[in-house]
Amino acid sequence: MTRLLTMALAGALLAGTALSGAAEAKDTLTIGMVLEPPGLDPTAGAASAIREVTYANLYEGLTRIDAKGEVQPGLAESWTISPDGLTYTFKLIHSVRFHDGSPFDCSVVKFSYERATAADSVNAQKQLFEPIVGVDCPDAGTAVVKLKRPTALFLFDMGWGDAVMLSPKSAATNKTHPVGTGPFRFRQWVQGDRVEMERNPDYWGTQPKLSAVTFKFISDPSAASAAVLAGDIDAFPLFPAPEAMDQFKADKRFAVHVGTTEGKTIVALNNARKPFDDVRVRRALAYAIDRAALIEASQSGYGAPIGSHYTPGDPGYLDLTATYPYDPAKAKALLAEAGVKPGAEFTMILPPPTYARRGGEVIAAMLEQVGLKVKLVPIEWGQWLDQVFTRTDYDATIVSHTEARDLDIYARDKYYYNYGSPEYKALYKKFVETTDAKAQIAVVGELQKKLAEDEPAVFLYALAKVGVSNAKVRGLWDNDPVPANDVTGVSWAE
Amino acid sequence: MSPESAGPSEPAGRSLTAYLARRLVILLLTLLAASVVVFVVLQILPGDPAALILGTGARQDTLAALRHQLGLDAPLWLRYARWVMGMLGGDFGVSFTYGVPVADLIRQRVMVSVPLAVLAIVLSTGIAIPVGVISAARRGRAVDATLMGAAQLGVALPNFWLGLLLILLFAIYLPWLPAGGFPGWSAGLWAGFRALILPALALALPQAAILARVTRAAVIDTLGEDFIRTARAKGLTRRAALWRHAVPNALIPVVTLIGLQFSFLLAGTVIVENVFTLPGLGRLVFQAIAQRDLIVVQDLVVLLAGSVILVNFLVDLAAAGIDPRQRRAA
Repeated sequence: MTRLLTMALAGALLAGTALSGAAEAKDTLTIGMVLEPPGLDPTAGAASAIREVTYANLYEGLTRIDAKGEVQPGLAESWTISPDGLTYTFKLIHSVRFHDGSPFDCSVVKFSYERATAADSVNAQKQLFEPIVGVDCPDAGTAVVKLKRPTALFLFDMGWGDAVMLSPKSAATNKTHPVGTGPFRFRQWVQGDRVEMERNPDYWGTQPKLSAVTFKFISDPSAASAAVLAGDIDAFPLFPAPEAMDQFKADKRFAVHVGTTEGKTIVALNNARKPFDDVRVRRALAYAIDRAALIEASQSGYGAPIGSHYTPGDPGYLDLTATYPYDPAKAKALLAEAGVKPGAEFTMILPPPTYARRGGEVIAAMLEQVGLKVKLVPIEWGQWLDQVFTRTDYDATIVSHTEARDLDIYARDKYYYNYGSPEYKALYKKFVETTDAKAQIAVVGELQKKLAEDEPAVFLYALAKVGVSNAKVRGLWDNDPVPANDVTGVSWAE
Repeated sequence: MSPESAGPSEPAGRSLTAYLARRLVILLLTLLAASVVVFVVLQILPGDPAALILGTGARQDTLAALRHQLGLDAPLWLRYARWVMGMLGGDFGVSFTYGVPVADLIRQRVMVSVPLAVLAIVLSTGIAIPVGVISAARRGRAVDATLMGAAQLGVALPNFWLGLLLILLFAIYLPWLPAGGFPGWSAGLWAGFRALILPALALALPQAAILARVTRAAVIDTLGEDFIRTARAKGLTRRAALWRHAVPNALIPVVTLIGLQFSFLLAGTVIVENVFTLPGLGRLVFQAIAQRDLIVVQDLVVLLAGSVILVNFLVDLAAAGIDPRQRRAA
């Protein structure tokens, strides 16, 4: 009996050491994500989730955006821009191969960009490629891209997930079997559950420390908490419930990460509809909303107030948050001046995310204080895209614009705000055609100021990137300048 | 039990064939109706699948190109005809979001949902029948009161909340079972089974509560019947009379209810699979609706409608097996 017990104890000890040994040598990572990507081809879909799995890990473009939102060399090791800003000459990295073995050279650049601009292109950001006239290949290692007009953000744009390089051999099947040049290669996708990738031993650059990465999809916030607490997930970089952070902060096993995203959360107003065609009413709404209280109530305090359609981390950011300080009395006065009677009613459409659903209730209560009655209508994304975005059949809605540096949307001919300001359009044209970096920053400032002045939408706050990870995980991005979970630099601490 | 009722010379086999044929026609008509309803509803439902895939930055020409690629630019009747004809030929189409054949998706997901449903039914029946019979036999005593009190609580518990409680208890405080997710059967039978225990319990307990109450009532009813008194008069013990005569006769309403519960179970899997992030049919249908993956929703609705009808049919057969009178009535 005693012998049996001793043996059992010894066995348990052995098992224990084996386990802890495995934990020390850990070189795999499981990342949690709320949404599953619809396909794994970032050149054929807009969902952030596609980029959050594939960006920098599986696919690479000529340039890439780093953790700070700055443009870095990618598959192009360097470039020169002609003085007129119309010709970009990229020097490509030599002897790069795709995961399927096919070589990367200038013909691939030509193929990838022409595919994005073709008539049957299903690239969600086709407008990024619209300035491109053509790609010339003087030799395999040089790509010369000609543009129709100077394009201030061209190098940044070519760093988007939508502009990655695709092997002509496998481009058509990337949706289910992604093939790129990245440091990780695709292993499998169990639809509805996870995507697995492994280290690419033939990678042209620095080998990543992780040998394998799994992206696991958990949409329910409680289930996400449970999976992190149970250790099934090593990192959940964009956690769906900020209110859950307190329990992780109190637990030494975990590290809480708070950073910024490009998610400009706004109350979009239909500028073509009464009473929002009157700038005084739009400004009144801006005065009536207490942003700090809103962030506290709907995001557990995570988020940075903004005063225009630009986030604090962006180059050339101006702090315009003081343009419309919280002032209900002033809001009431402006509404009266514009002829909006107390008790006036309008509807506010709320898409599914918490910032809209929870934020909508808070904002409705604040607007009630200045005499406006808000009818809240929750709807799902499909309906939002149809009714609000496409048909512009709405009064107001809450939404977060996650694309980086997208000041252009206010300059578009037809966009769901129905803003259509000729002055802004002219200003934006000036920005695009400015090639001097310093002068560009100045125009970016003017653009922000113009938006704050006209307040076509009420600018609320930039969504925070609130995440949690195992305390030993190193090298995850703190901020989210582009949607990505770049794990190329991630490792485990001893 | 009189021979006349089956017809003087009609062999039993013929009426069974006619019965099966009639049920088959009803099955097909119901499926056809389901296919029309789901197709029409999805057309009315606002939301363009192409716009959902390409997002807010998309240009009109890109949207048109994608709609063409997905076959959404064809006239309605043609799209319906293509879909139904495809299904008849065994082609369920290709998912808009995943880009893989829907048949493959369904095949993967069935491997999670069917074992989950079977486990849940086995658990709920395995719990409910003994509880119901014991309560009936001890009617009015403390055991009965306790069990039925628990059942009352079980009926009131929504399965998603129960699921969360189970996760808290068995995955976090006592880290015995995974909090969610499914490793796949390739990871081993036990690993797959472990992942299904908590969700099956979350599904089974509320159902078991209802089933236990029905079982108790049915057994109490039969215990009052004349044949039980006869059986006791013949000298059977209370216990023997209960298990040999009362329980088998009480089973018909119980089996019928198990059949009905199957459709609730399917509805329940949509929620429970989301709580436990199980890649099953319920989660697939939920996501497909949100992403307007029309072809997946259409296929799944027809599949789920078909399986409910099929299970009801099997329940009828089972009831007929238990009680020969039901065969004639049908």
